[in-house]
Amino acid sequence: MFKTLLESGVTVAVTINGTPFAAPAGCTAAAAMLLVNALPTRTTPVTGAPRAPYCMMGVCFDCLAEIDGVPNQQACLITVADGMRIDHQSGKPTIKI
Amino acid sequence: MSSYDSIVIGGGLVGSSVAYGLARRGLKVALLDEGDVAFRASRGNFGLVWVQSKGLGVPEYQNWSRQSSVLWDDFAQELRQETGVDTQHEHKGGIHVCITEKDFAERKKYMEQMHLEAGETRFEYEMLDQKALKSAVPEIGPEVAGASFTPYDGAANPLYLLRSLHATFLKRGGKYFPQSKVAAIKAMPHDFTVTAGGATFNAPKLVLAAGLGNKALGPLVGLNVPVDPVRGQIFVTERVKPVLSMLTIWVRQMAEGSIMIGESREDAGYNDVTTPEVQQEVAARAVTMFPFLKDVRIVRHWAALRVMSPDGLPIYEQSATCPGAFVATCHSGVTLAAAHALRYAGFVADGVLPAEVARFTNKRFDVQNAA
Repeated sequence: MFKTLLESGVTVAVTINGTPFAAPAGCTAAAAMLLVNALPTRTTPVTGAPRAPYCMMGVCFDCLAEIDGVPNQQACLITVADGMRIDHQSGKPTIKI
Repeated sequence: MSSYDSIVIGGGLVGSSVAYGLARRGLKVALLDEGDVAFRASRGNFGLVWVQSKGLGVPEYQNWSRQSSVLWDDFAQELRQETGVDTQHEHKGGIHVCITEKDFAERKKYMEQMHLEAGETRFEYEMLDQKALKSAVPEIGPEVAGASFTPYDGAANPLYLLRSLHATFLKRGGKYFPQSKVAAIKAMPHDFTVTAGGATFNAPKLVLAAGLGNKALGPLVGLNVPVDPVRGQIFVTERVKPVLSMLTIWVRQMAEGSIMIGESREDAGYNDVTTPEVQQEVAARAVTMFPFLKDVRIVRHWAALRVMSPDGLPIYEQSATCPGAFVATCHSGVTLAAAHALRYAGFVADGVLPAEVARFTNKRFDVQNAA
């Protein structure tokens, strides 16, 4: 559904929901999820409604995702990095004790 | 001018509880609420229905708090049936966490004394040492010395409580007036005329339940209400799956998953801003209690002002010079919500404060009674 406007050709290797993806360097984790159509990117903690990135500028908090094992990250504010794990978040995250 | 059976000043938890209780008894009630310029302790509090720390040296306060916690069980159901709003009330007991051995030893003495003072009304409690606490609450931190448990403690969601009280008050025919700061009160025995929000209200009964505002309103009807603000600062975290095994006085998990973290006490006057020093202190203590919290993100932090009397007890009084005028003020609007709606409103309706609440008279602050 989405495509990048400018292709520099430089990519970084991330995984999205466990699947390897060569993400455009400099794009955000949310943009990477949109590029592979990994939708919905999360379900909400109380009603379980599906959500996807919306404002893409850090305001709406709809793009929350688990990044490198840390839940509730604003994926639209985090730039992809080599080896980054970006994962769908289902409802409330589990906290390890 | 519009006429009512009773006017209640203050649309927070205390005022809404009393107003609902009066409307529930068939009285025609006007509830006057100031607006968002008010300090609104009801919108910034922690939401505990807490009993175990209430009333050392004053068994009447312990009894009143415990009675309210018992009444809460049916009260929460009543509110839910009337309004469809779930106050998320829970009543499974709670723990007061003691971090150091010294805290634990002091707490043990405190609870023993509470037990002694309770006499035949009993005061069931349990001191959980480090091992017992770890077994009951596996997520507790390794440095924590112990805790005291009583089955009386519980909690609710204070915002849903306020919403349901307003909804049920309206449903019972009560009239709510927002943006209605009191401009004037003309008080005569059993005849009160209040000007507020550009309108005039008259009733034979008047209840002051305006929190910190009672201090200035009281003298207008012959009541001394010496309350002052005590600031508290609270954190709330992101929503996470259920992780806390038990309700505690400083850390609790809400039904939707957020974890609330308190509590602090400061004399900061009428200043309800947050401060980094207290943030650090509250956060550090919370992480000592529950180390897993270091991985949970804080999403909001706020401060609110408790409504505190000089001895920390509620003030319930009827004016001697203008009978029919009552005051109800306390720092436990959630804990005492059920008692205010189901009992105190009845006292107001009957026009007499019974012996049961005589200990909470404002006469205890008269200079003649000072020790």
